[in-house]
Amino acid sequence: MVNKILKAPEGPPSDVERIKDESNYLRGTLGETMLDRISSGISEDDNRLMKFHGSYLQDDRDLRNERQKQKLEPAYQFMLRVRTPGGVSTPEQWLVMDDLAQKYGNGTLKLTTRQAFQMHGILKWNMKKTIQEIHASLLDTIAACGDVNRNVMCNPNPYQSEVQAEVFEWSKKLSDYLLPRTRAYHELWLDEEKVISTPEVEEEVEPMYGPLYLPRKFKIGVAVPPSNDIDVYSQDLGFIAILEDEKLVGFNVAIGGGMGMTHGDKATYPQLAKVIGFCRPDQILEVAEKIITIQRDYGNRSVRKNARFKYTVDRLGLETVKEELENRLGWSLDEAKPYHFDHNGDRYGWEKGVKGKWHFTLFVEGGRIADFEDYKLMTGLREIAKVHSGDFRLTANQNLIIANVSTEKKKQISDLIEQYGLTDGKHYSALRRSSLACVSLPTCGLAMAEAERYLPVLLEKIEAIVDENGLRDKEITIRMTGCPNGCARPALGEIAFIGKAPGKYNMYLGAAFDGSRLSKMYRENISEEEILNELRVLLPRYAKEREEGEHFGDFVIRAGVIEAVTDGTNFHA
Amino acid sequence: MLQLKVVNSPFNQEQADLLNRLLPTLTEAQKMWLSGYLTASQSTSAEGTPDVSTAAPDQTKQKISKDVTILYGSQTGNAQGLAENTGKTLEAKGFNVTVSSMNDFKPNNLKKLENLLIVVSTHGEGEPPDNALSFHEFLHGRRAPKLENFRFSVLSLGDSSYEFFCQTGKEFDVRLAELGGERLYPRVDCDLDFEEPANKWLKGVIDGLSEAKGHSASAAVPAEAPAGTSPYSRTNPFKAEVLENLNLNGRGSNKETRHLELSLEGSGLTYEPGDSLGIYPENDPELVDLLLNEFKWDASESVTVNKEGETRPLREALISNFEITVLTKPLLKQAAELTGNDKLKALVENREELKAYTQGRDVIDLVRDFGPWNVSAQEFVAILRKMPARLYSIASSLSANPDEVHLTIGAVRYEAHGRERKGVCSVLCSERLQPGDTIPVYLQSNKNFKLPQDQETPIIMVGPGTGVAPFRSFMQEREETGAKGKSWMFFGDQHFVTDFLYQTEWQKWLKDGVLTKMDVAFSRDTEEKVYVQNRMLEHSKELFQWLKEGASFYVCGDKTNMARDVHNTLVEIIETEGKMSREQAEGYLAEMKKQKRYQRDVY
Ligand code: SRM
Ligand SMILES: Cc1cc2nc3c(=O)[nH]c(=O)nc-3n(C[C@H](O)[C@H](O)[C@H](O)COP(=O)(O)OP(=O)(O)OC[C@H]3O[C@@H](n4cnc5c(N)ncnc54)[C@H](O)[C@@H]3O)c2cc1C
Ligand SMILES: Cc1cc2nc3c(=O)[nH]c(=O)nc-3n(C[C@H](O)[C@H](O)[C@H](O)COP(=O)(O)O)c2cc1C
Ligand code: SF4
Repeated sequence: MVNKILKAPEGPPSDVERIKDESNYLRGTLGETMLDRISSGISEDDNRLMKFHGSYLQDDRDLRNERQKQKLEPAYQFMLRVRTPGGVSTPEQWLVMDDLAQKYGNGTLKLTTRQAFQMHGILKWNMKKTIQEIHASLLDTIAACGDVNRNVMCNPNPYQSEVQAEVFEWSKKLSDYLLPRTRAYHELWLDEEKVISTPEVEEEVEPMYGPLYLPRKFKIGVAVPPSNDIDVYSQDLGFIAILEDEKLVGFNVAIGGGMGMTHGDKATYPQLAKVIGFCRPDQILEVAEKIITIQRDYGNRSVRKNARFKYTVDRLGLETVKEELENRLGWSLDEAKPYHFDHNGDRYGWEKGVKGKWHFTLFVEGGRIADFEDYKLMTGLREIAKVHSGDFRLTANQNLIIANVSTEKKKQISDLIEQYGLTDGKHYSALRRSSLACVSLPTCGLAMAEAERYLPVLLEKIEAIVDENGLRDKEITIRMTGCPNGCARPALGEIAFIGKAPGKYNMYLGAAFDGSRLSKMYRENISEEEILNELRVLLPRYAKEREEGEHFGDFVIRAGVIEAVTDGTNFHA
Repeated sequence: MLQLKVVNSPFNQEQADLLNRLLPTLTEAQKMWLSGYLTASQSTSAEGTPDVSTAAPDQTKQKISKDVTILYGSQTGNAQGLAENTGKTLEAKGFNVTVSSMNDFKPNNLKKLENLLIVVSTHGEGEPPDNALSFHEFLHGRRAPKLENFRFSVLSLGDSSYEFFCQTGKEFDVRLAELGGERLYPRVDCDLDFEEPANKWLKGVIDGLSEAKGHSASAAVPAEAPAGTSPYSRTNPFKAEVLENLNLNGRGSNKETRHLELSLEGSGLTYEPGDSLGIYPENDPELVDLLLNEFKWDASESVTVNKEGETRPLREALISNFEITVLTKPLLKQAAELTGNDKLKALVENREELKAYTQGRDVIDLVRDFGPWNVSAQEFVAILRKMPARLYSIASSLSANPDEVHLTIGAVRYEAHGRERKGVCSVLCSERLQPGDTIPVYLQSNKNFKLPQDQETPIIMVGPGTGVAPFRSFMQEREETGAKGKSWMFFGDQHFVTDFLYQTEWQKWLKDGVLTKMDVAFSRDTEEKVYVQNRMLEHSKELFQWLKEGASFYVCGDKTNMARDVHNTLVEIIETEGKMSREQAEGYLAEMKKQKRYQRDVY
């Protein structure tokens, strides 16, 4: 529908728009380039399209310079992201992931901050086999990345109530409903016969997305209060489950969140989604679809840095977007209903849920599943998966829930947990258990500094300070990313570090423990020693001066250490 | 005007003197008249004018031919070098010499010859070098002619560490005699340091030929491989500075392949794509110290290191001058005499056991296994072989890298008889040779491995592993000269990620169109192993098409397996795609060889 007032920003389309346009619904020349044996890489254009198929071409950055001297191309390899709506995976699927990681990957699995699996280090010639085996396990990688709707997040804690199961079903429906419809994926990876394209009418191929798809990635998360583990305010579109006497009555709708920014560009900033109303469960697909079409029509297709929905919302205004939405829906949202979050972290160890099922939340540092020197995590989980009759749940904090364990099986599973020393993190500081780090080096092409590999090292030094001040059991969310894209949602960590350069980080403070307030930059471009010095001052103060039950994020603001960020638009102010 | 002498003219002394006095005084016109007069009077009067021919002093000349044919069979150029020098020396002695490689020689002309010299090396496991194969076959076949009034002598090159020492030379020697030839000088077998025996042979041959010719022999000029304008050669190596030395294999590879860049600045040495570089390596000092320990010898004691009587401290000598990592039959024989050890004496007599023992063992094993050794350092080193040079196919083009030569060297490491063994030269290059160091080298031209004269001619290159080296040189050269001909490279190794030697360079040549086509095979990336020959088969139709268009086909690298498999695959492709019988296909390939369109540099 044409709209007088609303306009997409002026300006020539970005290069990615051209690529999408020429790609014939995400096919491009991937067919040929994947067969070329002389390089394990693919062209920049094809890599752009690859993302829509759930994968990125990367290279091992640790080896870049050395290989160049050796007259070898970069150690190209593919990262593959497996879409697992709500982070739920069966033991069979777990075993497939594990096996593929060993066979074709780098022998590790990454549990992502959006409850998905990632494999790293897959060679070009193994991609097809890998994707086919994933498909056979009833999972896929479609739209795990790219300018489309991503893996839909959902609170995974089944023990909360039966509502969770219902909410999960809705998230899965959302995820499937919003998938691209092109057959490119099936042709390229699953050898599906190419339908001789009768002069395709765009609407037929991609009824919702159209030939250019979205201006940028789009993310949806569904939270079940009081847990905000999925950081609902960081989503382009967030749904907050509303429960009335243990029944799901519907969802509050929040729009316009996002974490990413660019150093030194004040026109880019993290933003929190804002609640605009309430809808019934059966309306949720329609609401999501219409909001996506608004972003499709009015998002910025010229400057990708400003293309996320959050900028569209801030540009057009929350009210305008709400009106446009209701125009497109043909009906209005209800008043938002009251709700309450009290944390965005995970709860560890055994918990008894409904129907006498047990759930064990395992602390997975950095979300990395691997066999370490003295900690055979991957083997342990493999053994558990072999006997487990429930399921696995990937949490938004890169942890793992061994879920729905029957009372009969509980003994067997806890024995394995014992045997492999799988940890609920109890012997770690609460700080470490509340930590989040993005992948960063060596695989991430955008990383400016270490994150996953470095945060544990830094934490050890911070833990010393924590112990000195008797804060070992105090939960403080601490997050680190290798660049300002914010994959570990640092702007929502009470203490956050965003990479600036090797060994250098910007330090942020003041986010709310329940993920309802953004943090603000406290120090710029500082080294480890400076970081520790800052904390040697801040943590003792928090230990002495904090009020009853006061979280660190709130304390630093009350103590005047840092100013509260009331809206993303004044994040840089 | 030239002075007439008995030797350079048909006149006797008196006539010569007269003419020498008369001729300078004649005007041009008088000379014209005189020459006219003489020719006329020749045809007219029968008497009066002296008969020129009868004035010739040496009668034997008519009887025995001054024509000498020298045929060589040579893989890496040694025999060829010697053959060419023998030719030069004989020409200087007034013989009419023809030097040619065996496969350029028309076998039917064999019976026309009277003096044949053969210089041939042995390769493989006692096989003839490639360019001797067809002649060797002809000679041993039914079509071989009876040889009358035919005299010959054989110089055979070899390496006494091989079981069939100088086998090919021996076969030619025996066969030529069988066919009725008469030895004008007995065969000489040379080990790796062949200069001396080769010279001895040359002297002998000249005497042999000259007796017949009735001339007295004079000392032969020492044979020496030709090295262009440079003073440096195999016997006088150039100390080249190392400019670059890096490992081409990425982390986690099972292989180590060094890329070596050496400076030829100031050497005057030049080379062409396809040539090889010889390196005189040094032994691993640790190994030498092990040996010194076994004997409890004084490292600084000075010993004589060559026939010229040059002396050096023992340790230095063992590091630089002598071979201690290979056991040869002659060495064991002499060692057996040095020690009283009967086990060793017995071993030397038993062919099979001897062969088995020498496999993967070195001088240290020998010393440990067969004591007691009450011998002086001098006595012992006297039985050791000179350190032989190692050859490496040159991986660079001189026009692309003036004053430089690049090599691609695979490190040889293996475990044998409970000890880690290291290749002398390759491991020297991988573990001890630093940029800035110098190393003695010489150039070994290889006329049997050259780019086509015509730059338009398509080339197909098969070079897995270190076999890639000369093709890097080919590509650099064709890039420099802007050659238009198509090119197709087949490369293979174990793993794509770590072992794709010179990957970025190949990618660039493909992008720039210098290289038309490339196919790679990595044997350990997939369940079922794939090799270059598998890739050739996958493209058999196109490959045969290239051959029909006149493409030259090159193979470099491992001889024992790769080269054999590639050869068979090539025959197979020609057979099927060309709809030929096996024989025809082999004929087709033989023909390609003759036209120098099928060339191999294998080791
Ligand atoms: C794996 C993961 C981090 C982790 O440690 O778990 C991740 C990893 C990457 N993210 Fe992310 N992002 C991940 C969650 C996030 C989140 C958190 C979230 O969604 O809750 C964010 C912030 C929220 C947001 O989108 O605003 C996030 C914001 C980005 C951005 C910035 C987007 C923006 O518009 O500002 C980029 C860069 C881009 O898209 O251009 C990015 C790009 C990337 C890439 C693909 C780098 C690239 O584009 O080449 C990283 C791959 C690294 C690697 O080697 O695996 N990633 N990324 C997370 C995968 C989630 C999933 O399963 O889908
Ligand atoms: C014309 C020509 C071109 C060549 N080009 C190249 C080139 O481009 N690149 C290259 O790397 N090489 C090349 N070579 C081979 C090279 O000359 C050397 O032979 C090689 O480098 C080994 O020399 P080394 O001194 O390191 O090892 P050496 O000390 O000579 O030891 C090698 C010997 O060790 C023994 N040996 C090896 N492996 C085992 C084992 N597993 N078990 C028992 N015994 C074993 C064998 O007898 C072998 O001959 C070429 C050879 C020729 C003739
Ligand atoms: C791959 C290879 C195999 C060889 N096999 C033998 C052999 O079986 N018997 C032998 O006496 N010499 C053998 N040799 C030694 C050569 O005959 C010796 O190096 C000779 O000097 C080479 O002369 P050329 O350059 O004219 O070919 C071999 C050399 C190489 C490189
Ligand atoms: S935050 Fe930056 S460094 Fe970390 S994974 Fe995301 S893009 Fe890479």
